[in-house]
Amino acid sequence: MSEQNKANKKPRSMSKQRRLGIVIRWIIAVFLIFFSIFPLLWIISASVNPTGTLATARLIPKNPGFQNFKNLIGNPTFPFFRWFWNSAKITTITTVLTLSLTTMAAYAFSRFRFTGRTTMLKAILLIQVFPNLLSIVALFLILTQFGTIIPAIGLNTHLGLIIVYLGGAMGMNIWLMKGYMDTIPREIDESAKVDGATDWQIFWKLILPLLRPILVVIGILSFIGTYGDFIVARTLLKTTELYTIMVGLQIYTSGMFSQKWGIFAAGALISALPIMVIYLVLQDQIVGGLTQGAVKG
Amino acid sequence: MDSNRERLTKAVKNFQFEITTILRVALLVIVDFGLLWFIAQLTINGFYVLAVILLIILVFNTFVFLAPKAYPLRWMAIGLSALILFAIFPILYTTYVAFTNYGDGHLLTKVQAIEQIEKELYLPEEGRSFEWIAYRSDGGEYLLWIIDAEGNTNLVRQSEANYEDYILPVIAGEFGIGELDDKGAPVSIDGFRRLKSIEAAIDTQLTNIKFGDPEKTIQIRSTNEAAELLPRYIYSADEDSFTDQVTGVVYFENQGTFQSEQGRTIAPGFRANVGFKNFVSFLKSPALRGPLAIIVSWNFAFAFLSVFLTFSLGLAISILYGDPNFPGKKILRSLLIIPYTIPSLITILIWRGILNENIGIVNTVLRNLFNFAPAWTTNRWWARAAILIVNLWLGYPYFMLVTSGALQSIPSDIYEAAEVDGARGWAKFWHITLPLLLVAVGPLLIASFIFNFNNFNLIYVFIGGGPPIPGASTRAGYTDILISYVYNLAFEGGRGVNYGFASAISIVIFILIALMSLAQFKFTNMWEEVSENV
Repeated sequence: MSEQNKANKKPRSMSKQRRLGIVIRWIIAVFLIFFSIFPLLWIISASVNPTGTLATARLIPKNPGFQNFKNLIGNPTFPFFRWFWNSAKITTITTVLTLSLTTMAAYAFSRFRFTGRTTMLKAILLIQVFPNLLSIVALFLILTQFGTIIPAIGLNTHLGLIIVYLGGAMGMNIWLMKGYMDTIPREIDESAKVDGATDWQIFWKLILPLLRPILVVIGILSFIGTYGDFIVARTLLKTTELYTIMVGLQIYTSGMFSQKWGIFAAGALISALPIMVIYLVLQDQIVGGLTQGAVKG
Repeated sequence: MDSNRERLTKAVKNFQFEITTILRVALLVIVDFGLLWFIAQLTINGFYVLAVILLIILVFNTFVFLAPKAYPLRWMAIGLSALILFAIFPILYTTYVAFTNYGDGHLLTKVQAIEQIEKELYLPEEGRSFEWIAYRSDGGEYLLWIIDAEGNTNLVRQSEANYEDYILPVIAGEFGIGELDDKGAPVSIDGFRRLKSIEAAIDTQLTNIKFGDPEKTIQIRSTNEAAELLPRYIYSADEDSFTDQVTGVVYFENQGTFQSEQGRTIAPGFRANVGFKNFVSFLKSPALRGPLAIIVSWNFAFAFLSVFLTFSLGLAISILYGDPNFPGKKILRSLLIIPYTIPSLITILIWRGILNENIGIVNTVLRNLFNFAPAWTTNRWWARAAILIVNLWLGYPYFMLVTSGALQSIPSDIYEAAEVDGARGWAKFWHITLPLLLVAVGPLLIASFIFNFNNFNLIYVFIGGGPPIPGASTRAGYTDILISYVYNLAFEGGRGVNYGFASAISIVIFILIALMSLAQFKFTNMWEEVSENV
């Protein structure tokens, strides 16, 4: 009898306790969410606040409107769309080239056996440990010297910036890509080889179509990384019209920041949105790629 | 029939093979020639190090595309070239620069520096001298009429401007020259006004202007005399020294500068090897050592606290909401991950506005509620606190994601066994969850430490390393970390850039990172062993 009572009582008190726990945890969660999204809310509200300065910023602005967004167009001190276009161009070209270089190199690492293979793989991983920010002086000097002979790939050019980015194209990406390729059975290419296919045909027609998921992950990671890069672009680009969006935003905010808060907010929101959307839609793939990469690194 | 077909396909294949081989070799030859031209140009300009590395890349690629043995490397030749040029070479080059004096005052090669010093002129006591009359235009341009001892006259233009001829004959009617007076000097020149001697005497600019052929300029020495300038320093290749023609002092080459026995130097200096001077100088010089000690200790504290705080909050969140049945779990995760989804540079700038000392929202609220406003940018401790808060915001979602994955991978029977042994709540966390978790995410913690150790963007964009450390001989602030200090040295030094010194500190950071990575790799092995055992 008493035992039955106990058995009856336990689940009920547990669920009561559980409900209480959920309530407490949601109360904590509200604070966390506030902390997490406050800057975003703040920038959204600033972007639609017609007064446009930091001093007059409110979480819920009076007379909200799109004046700040309109001011972004044709603004000579803040050529926002020019910078946005520069970023889009540089990032897209870098990402496409990164994917091409990485995929082909990973194919060789995955499918061929040659001397120095594992040593090279390890070396590539090791070099990647050092951020290119550390050798920024050297990168700066290299491009300066390039530029004295061929100005098109020198300092203050988009082409120069892209080739510098390509130095970091291999590295972690190779490991991710090779790991994925290793899971594709080699019987596929062996049977194609019997039918007389060349390596290139096997790579292009058989393997590449199977790589779509990992191409998406590496592509997005590379895109986000390049898009968000600040310091390399900041050091290598000098002319206002050539800035990427990140450099432009930083330079724009370096003087009289608080007076230009509204227009900055509008620009910041537009620049952040594409990446935010990509992240939230594809969060599982990205997180998988990131943590996997980090664990191996 | 069949064998015919086979032979045919074989022939087609051979043909294809030959075509691709020819194309490959042709392309290689074109690329090689382009690169060779580039390397030659680099050599002419004195960029020997870069020329050598490109030559290595050229040889490597030529070998790879010709030798059948190197076939697999063809698939990665471009990527490897980029890696060598922009990842490996910069590290080596940084090392090289660390042992030189490269920087302001030492930007040139020795040959260029000698050329430049040889161009320096002086006004000798003797030498070819002239009588002169000056003419000035409304735009402030000058012409000089000169007559030498033999009575030859000329009209001379300014050396700074670009002309085909600097020295003109004095013929009435040409170049807008009007009538000549009895000495042979033009009374008037179109667009110019002849200066009276008193006007010329009080014109302060006139004596500083160089006239005539830039190689052999003429300058006004006194009201009635102009003279040809002579090179001031004469170089002797045998002794590798310059002799000052005015004072007779001899300057010998010393670590990239021409220096006299009294310690006087001639500018410009040139790039030269200075051994360990850069490394020694921050240990010796108190003006450098003081800030560096502050920067290094804050650098470690910042990295450690950042990892500790972000990891703790991330872990707390994944434990609190780890229950798969927690209502609204999915939406909660999407909301809490938001800091991670915005490019960090943008959010750092936003935080700069939020934490603005005078009119930011945080201080406005604090002032209204508690009549208290922390000096987020001018007080060193508040500035450091602000940086840690922003970094906590930036970093916790990563550890939230990582630890929630790792927590799920801890087998539940371990907990059951512990419960049988009487472990409860905290004890379970301290003795089971945390140790197992630390083993799993240990490498990530080290990676995060390395990342934050070099978290340049946050420091530089949020606060620019400020507030400044008083008495520092170079630009340095209380929130500066090594890498931002290096950046200031190399690119934003108000008192001149110093690539050599910046590179020396970079090398120190390289070594620190290498040591940390070593720990990380060890950790990874340990982790693999542990997971094999489970």
